[in-house]
Amino acid sequence: MKSIFITLIFFNLSLAVQAQIDSTLLRRSTVDTTMAKGMNMDAVYNRPFLQMGKMPVSLGGYVEADYQYMGEDGVTDGHTFRIPRMTLFVASTIHRKIKFLSELELEEGGKEISIEFAAMDFSFHPLVNLRGGVVMNPIGAFNQNHDGPKWEFADRPIAMTQMLPATWSNVGFGIYGKQYVNDWAFGYETYVTNGFDDSIISNTENKTFLPASKASKKRFDESSNGQPLVTGKFAIRHNMVGEIGLSYMGGIFNKFQEDGLILDDKRLLDVLAVDVNTTLPFSKTFIVGEWAWVMIDVPETYSQTYGNKQRGGFIDVVQPVLSQPMLGFSNAVLNIACRLEYVDWNTGKFQETGGNISEHLWAIVPALSFRPTAQTVIRANYRYMQQTDLLGNPPTLISGIQLGVSSYF
Amino acid sequence: MQLTRSLCFLCLFCLVLNGCQGIIPEAPEENTLLDGPVEGLSNSERKRFLNGDFAFNAEVFSSANGLGPLFVATSCGSCHAGDGKGHPFTTLTRFGQSAPGVNPFIGKGGPQLQNRAVPGYEPEQLPDGVAFSRFTPPANTGLGFLEALTDAQILANADPDDSDGDGISGVPNYIAPPPYFQPGATHAAVDGKYIGRFGKKAAAIDLLHQTVNAYNQDIGVTTTFEPVDPHTHLPTDPEVSDQVVHDLVFYLQTLKEPIPRASSDADVVKGKALFSSIGCASCHIQEWTTPETNIKALSNKKFYPYTDLLLHDMGPGLDDGYTEGSAETYEWRTPPLWGLGLSPNSQGGNYFLLHDGRAKSIEEAILLHGGEGQFSKTQFELLVKEDKEAILKFLKSL
Repeated sequence: MKSIFITLIFFNLSLAVQAQIDSTLLRRSTVDTTMAKGMNMDAVYNRPFLQMGKMPVSLGGYVEADYQYMGEDGVTDGHTFRIPRMTLFVASTIHRKIKFLSELELEEGGKEISIEFAAMDFSFHPLVNLRGGVVMNPIGAFNQNHDGPKWEFADRPIAMTQMLPATWSNVGFGIYGKQYVNDWAFGYETYVTNGFDDSIISNTENKTFLPASKASKKRFDESSNGQPLVTGKFAIRHNMVGEIGLSYMGGIFNKFQEDGLILDDKRLLDVLAVDVNTTLPFSKTFIVGEWAWVMIDVPETYSQTYGNKQRGGFIDVVQPVLSQPMLGFSNAVLNIACRLEYVDWNTGKFQETGGNISEHLWAIVPALSFRPTAQTVIRANYRYMQQTDLLGNPPTLISGIQLGVSSYF
Repeated sequence: MQLTRSLCFLCLFCLVLNGCQGIIPEAPEENTLLDGPVEGLSNSERKRFLNGDFAFNAEVFSSANGLGPLFVATSCGSCHAGDGKGHPFTTLTRFGQSAPGVNPFIGKGGPQLQNRAVPGYEPEQLPDGVAFSRFTPPANTGLGFLEALTDAQILANADPDDSDGDGISGVPNYIAPPPYFQPGATHAAVDGKYIGRFGKKAAAIDLLHQTVNAYNQDIGVTTTFEPVDPHTHLPTDPEVSDQVVHDLVFYLQTLKEPIPRASSDADVVKGKALFSSIGCASCHIQEWTTPETNIKALSNKKFYPYTDLLLHDMGPGLDDGYTEGSAETYEWRTPPLWGLGLSPNSQGGNYFLLHDGRAKSIEEAILLHGGEGQFSKTQFELLVKEDKEAILKFLKSL
């Protein structure tokens, strides 16, 4: 009875709210979401939001859906339609110096629901801002700048999502700041958060796999080992040249003690990343790339299946070929693009033979994208990928097409 | 105009969909692959095969689902990439038994060294001065055909006293069966023991025996069949269900036999004849026929494994001083040669042959034969270069 009563109240309230909506009151803050301007660290706020009248809350989000036909060594599972994610943003200016933003992601039709970002920002000075809550660790650029509509490719870069764990967010606090001088801008971010756990070298992927820690929602409640994960980034941008960022993430990842009893040595994880983006002035070619190195203390007596070094990255080249009114869209753009990506999951040599440990992949992804507006993309990709196992046996060949749409709303 | 463009786009999309088959990569030639089921399985058997395939190749163990804490490998597929031969990375070390009989280190860390451990644990160390041998993982292909043979078929080739005077004896390895072993129509007990047919020393009687031993000794995973944890030496709850074990055994039973390549090539034909003429085929018996079995696809089938499943004296050069069951330390089971040419596809582009991978080529493996294999080895050495190459080409075609 109580639940019926509550349901009726919410139903009536929603009717009332709907009745109040007047489209003239809706104020859309449009921004350029194509990564051509602004610094990467601004990505969380560089999104279109919808604000209703003088309400302090603005809403937004994006959705991605795609079709794919992929095959591996002549075998295909056929035609597949996916909705990889739908994300909702809620932002609020509590005070002109206090802001709140959250990003709630529903993956694969709601199979996984996660809070990717939910932080309050306190602005004391352009160079000193306090951020606390669920923050996206600023390792590389993609982790913070991952919204689907910003990219010309249906799949996210493998090195950033499977070697690095994008989207990787944790509870913690930190400071950040930016400074603009003429055409120059530089920014920094540094956070201490909860972090990884033993699963990164003990998982069913059979390799060192940082994203394994994402499965543990306990990290939003408590640290796995009482040791903070430190993440820091420094980036510099020139409006005529582009942006380069250097970032570090590291800390003790394993549960080395419990109830005061020592269970293992403290084991350290270090991640270094460099990211760049630029737009060539003569051709308007947009280039974005990222490369990362992972170093991890894996016990020598453990399996070499779990590598102690990884490296990988990607580079996207996007060339606008038509920028004119098309199909009724006044600012439509047609792009051709190409992504190159590479991941070495296990950089090293076998103790038994001295031969190289393989376990790597590379891919080339030519693409065609149509942007009817800056915030919406229709994209067609062809993926060709070679994946080599630990031993260096003949690679698995994977290829196929992906057609998808993605848009902010 | 807009409608026309939209229709064009739609047509293009349909054309792309229609041409999808050409977009995916081509399948490798069937005869270059070792995995895949035998022909003739029913739909329900194929489903079971896929379940076993998952357990063998996709199921990875971590400390969360039963790995170790002491182990050698984290999955079955780690040791048998593509169901082929293994790499020195996952070579096993067996130790403790230096004469026919019982391994005195059973229950004390033996018979297998778990040389790896999950973080926080220390792996086993070889006891000082103990006899040991290293075993490179074999290929899995066609195991069901070998299992289907009767003991009588195997014994028909045994000649313990070399009564025919060809220098080749061949004896079975009689193994004390584990408590869960259920003899079938193919088995015949001798003093309560049964013929082993799998493993370098033929110490596993059937594929269930082989499978649960591997789960336990290679991965540190307990089953209802082998419930004792190799680290604590105490019985624990099964970490893999009986259903998974049976599906995995079915998978191994129904993996196809390797398909020879270039069989009609003149050099291959010549090499095959030479292989027999210099005596290799005395132990590496080419053709067998399965009896009626409970898996129809395996019943009454001719197959070509090039083994007699018997133990042979291989001479002092291959005598590591370690043994299993009733085998002498210098005796080794004749390894099947089918799939030999595909070994580099699972061994990282190299050959690691003989029981411990010491031979880096087929020719080196031949030249390391001694004992009962000495005559054939000498005959091979006496061949002219072209004839040697023909034999090697034939072996690579298997």
